[in-house]
Amino acid sequence: MTSLQFDIAHLLAGGMLVLSLLLLYQDRILATLNVFALQAIVLSLAVAWQAYVQGAMHLMVTAVIALVVKGFVIPGALNRIVYRLGIHREIEQVIGAGPTMLTGLGLIALSILLVMPVKVGVTALAREDLAFALAVILLGLLMMITRRNAVTQIVGFMSLENGLILAATGAKGMPLVVEISVAFSILIAFSVFGIFVFRIRERFDTVDLGALDRFRRERSTLQ
Amino acid sequence: MPIRVGLACVAAYLVAAVLAAAVGGRRVAPVLIYGAMTAVSAVGLGSALFALVTGDLKTQLALPLGLPLSGGSVRIDALSAFFLLVVNLGGVAASVYGLGYGRHERSPLRVLPYIPAYLAGMNLVLMADDAFTFLVAWEFMSLASWALVLADHRREENARAAYIYIVMASAGTLCLLLTFGLLAGPDGGYAFAAMRETVEPPLIAGLVFLLALAGAGSKAGLAPLHIWLPLAHPAAPSHVSALMSGVMTKVAIYGFIRIVFDLVNAPASWMSLIVVALGGITAVLGVLYALLQQDIKRLLAYSTVENVGIVFVGLGLALAFRAHDMSVPAALALTAALLHVLNHSFFKSLLFFGAGAVVHASGERDMERLGGLIHRMPHTAVVFLIGCAAISALPPLNGFVSEWMTFQAILVGPQLPHWGLKLIVPAVGALLALATAFAAACFVKLFGMIFLGRARTPAARTAHDADGFSLAAMYGLAALCFLSGIVPGILIDVLAPVAQTLVGARVPEQSGVAWLSVVPIAASRSSYNGLVIFSFLICSGVLTAMVIHRYATRATRRSAFWDCGYPDPSLATQYSGSSFVMPIRRVFGTALFDIRETVDMPPPGARRPARFSLKIFDPAWRFAYGPATRAVWTIAGKLNRLQFLTIRRYLTLVFAALIVLLIVVAAWR
Repeated sequence: MTSLQFDIAHLLAGGMLVLSLLLLYQDRILATLNVFALQAIVLSLAVAWQAYVQGAMHLMVTAVIALVVKGFVIPGALNRIVYRLGIHREIEQVIGAGPTMLTGLGLIALSILLVMPVKVGVTALAREDLAFALAVILLGLLMMITRRNAVTQIVGFMSLENGLILAATGAKGMPLVVEISVAFSILIAFSVFGIFVFRIRERFDTVDLGALDRFRRERSTLQ
Repeated sequence: MPIRVGLACVAAYLVAAVLAAAVGGRRVAPVLIYGAMTAVSAVGLGSALFALVTGDLKTQLALPLGLPLSGGSVRIDALSAFFLLVVNLGGVAASVYGLGYGRHERSPLRVLPYIPAYLAGMNLVLMADDAFTFLVAWEFMSLASWALVLADHRREENARAAYIYIVMASAGTLCLLLTFGLLAGPDGGYAFAAMRETVEPPLIAGLVFLLALAGAGSKAGLAPLHIWLPLAHPAAPSHVSALMSGVMTKVAIYGFIRIVFDLVNAPASWMSLIVVALGGITAVLGVLYALLQQDIKRLLAYSTVENVGIVFVGLGLALAFRAHDMSVPAALALTAALLHVLNHSFFKSLLFFGAGAVVHASGERDMERLGGLIHRMPHTAVVFLIGCAAISALPPLNGFVSEWMTFQAILVGPQLPHWGLKLIVPAVGALLALATAFAAACFVKLFGMIFLGRARTPAARTAHDADGFSLAAMYGLAALCFLSGIVPGILIDVLAPVAQTLVGARVPEQSGVAWLSVVPIAASRSSYNGLVIFSFLICSGVLTAMVIHRYATRATRRSAFWDCGYPDPSLATQYSGSSFVMPIRRVFGTALFDIRETVDMPPPGARRPARFSLKIFDPAWRFAYGPATRAVWTIAGKLNRLQFLTIRRYLTLVFAALIVLLIVVAAWR
């Protein structure tokens, strides 16, 4: 592998990580969705680059799926949901941007510490890819717990899943069927989430998950 | 061959259990089921005896069930053959007894299906040759006996006993599960053969030993894990109590021997120190508790605790001698322990059967409300007296032989090079002597209160003797107590292969010794002859009787009761059990059990009776279980808040756990 190939792979994975950080502090919903779409597009580029470098053309299928489904279909659907719910102007953040970003940086450091020492039987590319992917996954999890809105939580989950795909394609020899089934399971998860968001909305007139907790507390005090 | 017969017996027991569940309500059911059980356990007994005597052993058989990788297998070696003998002998006796006793059962469906299942579980535990089969059978045995404890579920104390039992049994099984997990190691060798071959590092061996001691010890009734035993054993019907006390504790002892003597390869001195000390403490505590009881069956259950302590002293000594390569004393100690296992199963079953007959005849379990039953139940009184004498270790009966052999092993103890053992073994010997003396007092009290004196209640006055089957079972066991006391040499020789496989030596052969004597070490050192003592007792007794009848009067005179100078003719003013043990209670019990005696005297002139009340606190409850229970409740109360967190907090918990684990991984390298 030439150093140029390595650098481009590095750049694309790094780009995903930067976009993850961007997701983390973005408090407007529509902007969040746009950043997420951008991350998915960068993901598809990264996967396509891996397909080219590894000479594994079936990865192109993964790249196309990622581009179409996660770059356009899911963000578009989320956009519609947000408009239909009338929450497109909402701003939400549980913890301030500063602490969240600091935590995120800590998580990135942790994933580098974890993956970098692995030297046996792994190429440098796969190793760095894995470090980036782990960081993206942890940031997605962090996003899920710092948000209150159901829609942005879904975005956190989807971005976590982007990290998974990045990790999967970085490893050589991942069978196509695994990737396709992962893509489908994401679609199904997305539709389930969408239905739930509307159900929550119907019941509580809000998609703020705090309402669910209030309801549960009432139940538990009743018992 | 015996292994196939053994498996067939297990299958037959299970069929009998299913059959009992199907026909349990019919009138013929008890006869049918107990009859079938008698036949099956007789076959099992025969095959175990055959295996032990002919040495047709070491046959392994793979089971079609089991864990995916290791599979299940069964095997009979000398040790399991011996314990199969104990179990099936108890099974035969309990079944024959049940033929008579079980007919009075009010709700047979609550008892009948579980007894064969229970026997099947115990048989399978003894034959198991891998951890999976062992644990499944062990748990099966526990659950079946739990159901039997709950047989009379309407009494609140039984429900509580069953609850405590199931908690303790589960904890014990958990310990055994961890034991086998440690023994199997990272490769997952769950077959016993694989465990025998691996040599554990000392730390693992120590952990395995402690876990096995807790797991098997809690089932056997080792202090301070004995608390469930005196609650659960008396709650079951009497023949089941006999099985639980006489047989199931032995299966637990088998588990301990199997793990510590057979599967662990590195016995250390500190292990034997713990076992010997715990055994001594258990023996004394158990018998002191037993002395204080008024409930017949509970007294017998506490006495089981004492006898388990004696067995563990023998096992601990065997471990100690083995750890220091003194294999002949080790064989002596082990043989003594195993002989006591067998003997205890004889006389404890006998005593529980007798207690069952008394309870059935009078409806009373409180011995302070019985009395004078020797006139109403002469047969039961005779066999009960034999049982009491045997368990009190009176020669020429069997209890004496095994305890005497344990003492012989203790007397070798000072030759051990380990200074801790050198000090503690004689001390435990003193404890054991104390326990034996207390046991005698305890059974004098038991027999005296039930059978002697005058009937204290109308129920005791109208009691009747047990039926033929029950008496047959009791007489059979009494005969065994007698035989095994007169010719213990045969039993010692039968136990030789067990000691040979476990400690690599055997007690000198007894069959060549003249006049049926027992010479455990050397004739110059000590020997015992039950026959001589028996003949002496017979001769002197007959002679005394003849002299008295010759020189005193032959006539039987009847006169009024001597009333100790009190004019009150009430039968309740007889000497009572609690007054009998008062001196021992005051001397030994006050500090240990924190006994509070209060006398409520009416003022002069008042006509109400004075009241005497006694409060006994169990130190095990107070210092071990009380704090443990409170800690569990406190932690559970704190953790209960976890049930009502918000979704985000749950996610945060998961996230935090993940991060912590990742940090651990990062820091590990």
